[in-house]
Amino acid sequence: MTGIIQLDTLSKHFKVPVRESGLKASIHSLFKREFRIVKAVDEISFKIDQGEVVGFLGPNGAGKTTTLKMLSGLLYPTGGNTTVLGFVPSKRQTQFLQQITLVMGNRQQLVWDLPALDSFDLMRAIYSIPTNEFIQRRDEFIDLLELKDLVNKPVRNLSLGERMKVEIAGALLHHPKVLFLDEPTLGLDVTMQRRIRSFVAEYNQRYGATVLLTSHYMADVEALCKRVIVIHHGKLLFDGALSQLVEQFSAFKTVGVTLQTAAADLAKYGEVISKDGTRFTLRVPKAEIARVTARLLADLPVNDLNVEDPPIEDVIEHVFEDGKQGQEPQ
Amino acid sequence: MRHMLDYYLTTIKIAIQTEFQYRVVQYFYMIGMIAEPVIYLVVWSTIARAQGGMVGGYTPGAFAAYYLVWTLVRNMNIVFTPYGWENRIRSGWFSMDLLRPIHPLNGDVAQFAGMKVVVIILWIPLGLLLSLFFKPDLHPVWYQVIGFFFAIWGAYLIRTMLLSLLGMITFFTTRVGAIFELFFAFELVFSGRLVPMSLMPPVVQQAANYMPFQWTFFFPIESLVAPMTLQHMLAGLGIQCLWIVIGWVAVKVMWHFSVRQFSAVGG
Repeated sequence: MTGIIQLDTLSKHFKVPVRESGLKASIHSLFKREFRIVKAVDEISFKIDQGEVVGFLGPNGAGKTTTLKMLSGLLYPTGGNTTVLGFVPSKRQTQFLQQITLVMGNRQQLVWDLPALDSFDLMRAIYSIPTNEFIQRRDEFIDLLELKDLVNKPVRNLSLGERMKVEIAGALLHHPKVLFLDEPTLGLDVTMQRRIRSFVAEYNQRYGATVLLTSHYMADVEALCKRVIVIHHGKLLFDGALSQLVEQFSAFKTVGVTLQTAAADLAKYGEVISKDGTRFTLRVPKAEIARVTARLLADLPVNDLNVEDPPIEDVIEHVFEDGKQGQEPQ
Repeated sequence: MRHMLDYYLTTIKIAIQTEFQYRVVQYFYMIGMIAEPVIYLVVWSTIARAQGGMVGGYTPGAFAAYYLVWTLVRNMNIVFTPYGWENRIRSGWFSMDLLRPIHPLNGDVAQFAGMKVVVIILWIPLGLLLSLFFKPDLHPVWYQVIGFFFAIWGAYLIRTMLLSLLGMITFFTTRVGAIFELFFAFELVFSGRLVPMSLMPPVVQQAANYMPFQWTFFFPIESLVAPMTLQHMLAGLGIQCLWIVIGWVAVKVMWHFSVRQFSAVGG
């Protein structure tokens, strides 16, 4: 096993105080404090090879960010082993930190009151980037992300999306080999999301960087990741190709059918999800697809018919539902 | 070494630029800050006059010199506070500092050093105004001026180490304001911030000899305002260096154990 990122039964447990509400409970807690253990990450194992772009998915509180923080050396694991680029992240060695980056959608490294160019210069000094290389990389990123009109404005005057673009450029100036991206498109409009996605893809292709990405926007995952890892309640639920995820967890397909007339009852063919004039969308169990489409074509005046996998959001939701049921007490 | 020098210079440059953005706020802050020494000065000058022109060897002019230099030393003594530590640890903002391949303490030292440059520039007219009004008795010899320069930076580093140690307690428990307040009470009594140490009872002076506080206030002020031999000056700077080293070692040990406790909540 020689992956760039390797996790072997990695765990992070938090000890959190618990207390009932009310004055009596407050007084009681003065003498006897009670705690419970929250297993934020519970013995997860996976391996990511160089140059892979992997989507790391899970609902809020699943343990995604905690895992990223352990992989970037911010958090000390409770158990298990992990290496990134051959380093143990929790040792926080300088050589390790020089080769990774963690971008969090809700955090920034830029100096708030100054133009981004000054923050970029600070990055140059922090990562000891030779001046010529720094100028070349900076100008390349300004070009790729179309930052020319933004980098001379104080960061506080930039919009959220503009700030995120500048933030990503700053986070990659030292050419990290491993990128941990935690909701990099959080709160951005569709155009800005697309721009950031294409930049990450471009960076991955140019420099062969390894990317582990969390996002609640499935468009990010579909555009960037061939492989996804799904966790829920700190446990690994799925690790494999995105297409395999759909295949494995989606019990249904959607059938879009356009008829010559709007007056038709399609309920007997499957669950009608939507109807727009003569266009119907049905949800049909995978095993029934061949039979149902044949019947539709035979029984009705069909102008157009297509069969699709359900939206990835629906599949992921289904995976989480399965995970939730698995976690419930028996 | 060159890398660190470059990092320090760049951070100092950025801190200066940032501080100049808020120069008016800085000025109002400094004006507010001089209220404390002016009160001490008025009280002690009045006592000195009432006692025939001198108390504990200090004339009103000597008090004026002491508290005038106090204003500069106090500004130089401003470092990243334990409250700042508490805030950045509790809010999770510290994550961003920890991701960098440079110890966060370097960033704190460099950033506040940059602020000092602006502070000194802003202090000059204020210091001149106070001099005109209170007429300080200030006659340093050449080596005192040079020694004072090093002493105020020594004080800055000692206080950085002390308050960083204090701030790092937040890694273990998040509500530490009461501990901070206790520390500042000790500092007020044993540092010379309240009154020159030579006016304190002998027992306080003796206890202060075993603590670092007086090397952050009393010594830097005295190095400029009191008659001092070159030997005495060098010994004082040496003791400051000793406290810096002790503080640095303590910070390293504390850091080793405390950073593991970081829970990076909220970010």
